[in-house]
Amino acid sequence: MAYQGVAGLFPFAVAAWLFVCGLYGVVVSRNLIQMVGCLAVLQSSTYVLLAAVGYVPDGSAPVFLEVVHGPVVDPVVQALMLTDVVVEATVAALLLALAVQVHTHAHTLRPDRLTRMRG
Amino acid sequence: MTARGRLVLFAAGAGALFLALLAASARLPAGGYPGPYGTVLNRVAVLERHTTDVVAAVTYDYRGFDTMGEEMILFAAVAGAALLLRRTRSEWTGPEDLDHLPDRSVADPSDAVRVTLLLLVPVAITFGAYLAMHGQVSPGGGFQAGVVLVTAPLLVYLGTRARLLVEIAPGASVELGEGAGILGYLLTGVAGLVVGGDYLDNFLPLGRLADVFSAGTILALSVAVSLAVAAGLAQMLISFVEETLRQEG
Amino acid sequence: MSLLRHAILLLAVLSGTGVVATRDPVAQAVTLSFHGLVLSTLFFLHAAPDVALSQVVVGAVVLPLMFLLALAKVRRQRVTRPQGRR
Repeated sequence: MAYQGVAGLFPFAVAAWLFVCGLYGVVVSRNLIQMVGCLAVLQSSTYVLLAAVGYVPDGSAPVFLEVVHGPVVDPVVQALMLTDVVVEATVAALLLALAVQVHTHAHTLRPDRLTRMRG
Repeated sequence: MTARGRLVLFAAGAGALFLALLAASARLPAGGYPGPYGTVLNRVAVLERHTTDVVAAVTYDYRGFDTMGEEMILFAAVAGAALLLRRTRSEWTGPEDLDHLPDRSVADPSDAVRVTLLLLVPVAITFGAYLAMHGQVSPGGGFQAGVVLVTAPLLVYLGTRARLLVEIAPGASVELGEGAGILGYLLTGVAGLVVGGDYLDNFLPLGRLADVFSAGTILALSVAVSLAVAAGLAQMLISFVEETLRQEG
Repeated sequence: MSLLRHAILLLAVLSGTGVVATRDPVAQAVTLSFHGLVLSTLFFLHAAPDVALSQVVVGAVVLPLMFLLALAKVRRQRVTRPQGRR
């Protein structure tokens, strides 16, 4: 039984918990590079949410030869997740490059020391 | 506001957000996934596009325009990282071995590590090529193939010195590969226009189901995306490795 | 299968919390790699083999490697500029 009942709510609760957890990590982090790791947890919460939305109970993967026998999982949501995983990893790498450049010019990685913008 | 005050404020807001997300999830329709797009596509895609992998058909055919946008994001992120991590000539400190810090001695990878990783390189290349060409037949496609292909130079970097990574994947050919991948995607779309249909129209012959050369442009787009993703990630890796500077000096 | 699905979801919660709780960035690269592997298994158990294929390489190899390379660059900058603040 998906989408309702306590068991059906569990994947969405997992996604919500990962989101809040990642957000907490970003807020209290004292190191810019560690903050990017917490951002990766934030990103993973959206993947869990998408996986839970598209799942059909006892559904098989959307790879089959001709005729559908029985329930099949939604393919559109999987196409979204597929491109998302690779692209968000490159965006996280871009953020790491930004953190390295911040350290080059400000000599610190602590967010609360980076309060003033310098030319 | 003190740090503790900020934390309390955040805890209140995050708790409210968590409860709101749970409440919203409880209002989803009972009985699971309601459709209709997923169910329609599962019934129709195999016969319409002659592909057995519906996810690849969605990524490169039904929603091919979105995949083009995602490729652009990847390209922009790689270009941004390369731009941020380049070092100007005045910052170059000299031709010493940039592979290790001056206060630590670096150990070459042991022979066991080197042999194992280098033996895995042809496995990675073969599997990546297989995934790129079989996206329309089995789980696979451009993005998976690209990330598996990029493990080949990555394994070389981990098993040997960084200098070898730059020698086997020089900056010019990596940039060429990335540009060729993205251009291939765009030109395949334009070819759909030239033939008389829409942009990114699936105009190539659809072939027989479960053949490798089937499903029209899905194979071409899949190969283009795998090239773009592999070259883009390799460019990102090279930007992070300091040795690239030695080529300019 | 449903029990396995719930078990892997619980493991995802634990590994995600572990990533956030790890303060040292070098150790966080390892926990991030484990989290990537758990996610890949989660996708596989949710009947999404394509996504699992891309996640297993990206989450377990590429992202932690970028982490460690960024940390290596930062550490090198700290050594060559000894007058900088920590």
